[in-house]
Amino acid sequence: MKRSLFGRIWPNATAVVLFAGLVFPVYWMFATAFKPTGDIISENPVWFPTHLTFSHFQKAVDADNFWTLVGNSVTVTVCSVLISLVIALFAAFALARLRFKGRRGLIVTFMLAQMAPWEVMIIAIYMIVRDADMLDSLVPLTAFYAVMVLPLTVLTLRGYVAAVPKELEESAMVDGCTRTQAFVKVIFPLLAPGLMATSLFGFITAWNEFPLVLILNKANDKQTLPLWLSQFQTAFGDDWGATMAASSLFALPILILFIFLQRKAVSGLTDGAVKG
Amino acid sequence: MSVQTEGTDTAGEPAVRKARPAGPPSGEDRGSRSSHRAAAPYLLLLPALLATLVLLGWPLVKNGMLSFQNLNPRQLIQHLTEWNGIDNYKEVLTGSDFWHVVERSLVFTVINVALIMVLGTLIGLLLARLGRKMRLLLMIGLVLAWAMPIIAATTVYQWLFAQRFGVVNWVLDKLGWHSMAGYNWFGTQTSTFSVVILLLVWESIPFVAINLYAATTTIPRELYEAAALDGAGAWKSFTSVTFPFLKPFLYSTTFLEVIWIFKAFPQIFAINEGGPDHLTETLPIYAFVQGVGNQHFGVGAAISFLTVLVLLVMTSYYLRMVLKQEEDEL
Repeated sequence: MKRSLFGRIWPNATAVVLFAGLVFPVYWMFATAFKPTGDIISENPVWFPTHLTFSHFQKAVDADNFWTLVGNSVTVTVCSVLISLVIALFAAFALARLRFKGRRGLIVTFMLAQMAPWEVMIIAIYMIVRDADMLDSLVPLTAFYAVMVLPLTVLTLRGYVAAVPKELEESAMVDGCTRTQAFVKVIFPLLAPGLMATSLFGFITAWNEFPLVLILNKANDKQTLPLWLSQFQTAFGDDWGATMAASSLFALPILILFIFLQRKAVSGLTDGAVKG
Repeated sequence: MSVQTEGTDTAGEPAVRKARPAGPPSGEDRGSRSSHRAAAPYLLLLPALLATLVLLGWPLVKNGMLSFQNLNPRQLIQHLTEWNGIDNYKEVLTGSDFWHVVERSLVFTVINVALIMVLGTLIGLLLARLGRKMRLLLMIGLVLAWAMPIIAATTVYQWLFAQRFGVVNWVLDKLGWHSMAGYNWFGTQTSTFSVVILLLVWESIPFVAINLYAATTTIPRELYEAAALDGAGAWKSFTSVTFPFLKPFLYSTTFLEVIWIFKAFPQIFAINEGGPDHLTETLPIYAFVQGVGNQHFGVGAAISFLTVLVLLVMTSYYLRMVLKQEEDEL
């Protein structure tokens, strides 16, 4: 079926325009961050920076507590994702492989929990954390982030566990493995891509989280990067170079992780099983 | 990639094990299971349930309790619990502010979700039609927009729409709309909302488009061939094959977007803190500003509770569908 010249051109033309529109904000962030201040505050925008400078990054990194906050964000994100992965793996295995009373109800519970409006529960969470005398601490943040990503992690992992052919596990058990051994030696390795894909969304959620840290952690050295970044802009006002440099530093880990993990996550579970 | 080597390992193992005398096949033998076996699923689920109950269930209950309390800075500092019945709800529901905010939140949600679903679907269908290279290009654009952290995105949009030296104002000026030179986007309700909506749409389209494209790849080719044999044109085969196939997906995605947009917090708050003059506060922001900003925690909790209620009503149809579908499947 041959398409007319127009029919072949318009999808490609639209794709190029859309690509430009989608990428422009990301491009503009990096471009501004590398431009000398003179090019940023110019009457006509400098579309392609020719003189690159790192001074804005220097300024962002030199800001008070920057490295402390990087440490906080990394700690909170990594810990909460790991905790939720471990907890979820147990739950996902039970939900995917075992038959028991109340299973359906539990799946529905996780589905509903996944839609929990955390954004409007922050007042209650503030009261609870304050009564426990744990404001300005990373522990409650980590715990709440872990539970925020837990339902999705359980449901996604449940899908990945269910996708591992039952026969693999059964044949291992026929060959003398216990159920636990069968899980550790057969299912777990096949779950690796699933774990990565799932952790990606956990990372994004925890790295991005804003309302809770906004209300819980007021001390400057106990905040996380999103809160700092939102204030960086307020504090530095019209210093867009420094603000964009800070944004770039904040966005880069997630952009890299996303591009890296998305490919890994998609390249299949099935490859491993079939090739083996 | 490590998975493949691991995969080979697992295949190698049974061969080794076969040399051993095979143990009793315990998997299928339900009768001989001891009682700790029957408890196993519950033990495995215990940590997840406990965590959810304590850190999600308790705040929900606590929120309900707070909404019946008189909780202002004095009570907060002295750790007083003063119950005041339904006074908070009376105050909220009889004031005109709350209803304005509800109306605004609903309109805001409808506009966003409509734009996201229509544009996302069109881009998803476009992905299906493109050649390999162009599809990859568009995918990269979508993934970058998707992956951009929210607060990084809000600061970039503030810069794009900055009054001085902002690139949007420059472009509009050059296009002949000279009054837009030096325009303050964050000075009025409509213009602030325009920026927020553009940000949310930009951020949310990739999810819809990429998943919709993935869904189209599962449509069996034969259906199109059959449609073509029956003399269906491009439009007819879309309405009779593509659309019915994608309908369940579109349905559930629409409701997910409703939930996400309705409770969007950082995008609106970080862009302009609900300003100018509280005019871009949606329900979650309103609850925060009343509860935390003005330190009327009880009132804020009541607003939060009502917000959850509105959300439940809006999505009840979808929730019912989820529950029903799960019952059928399991």
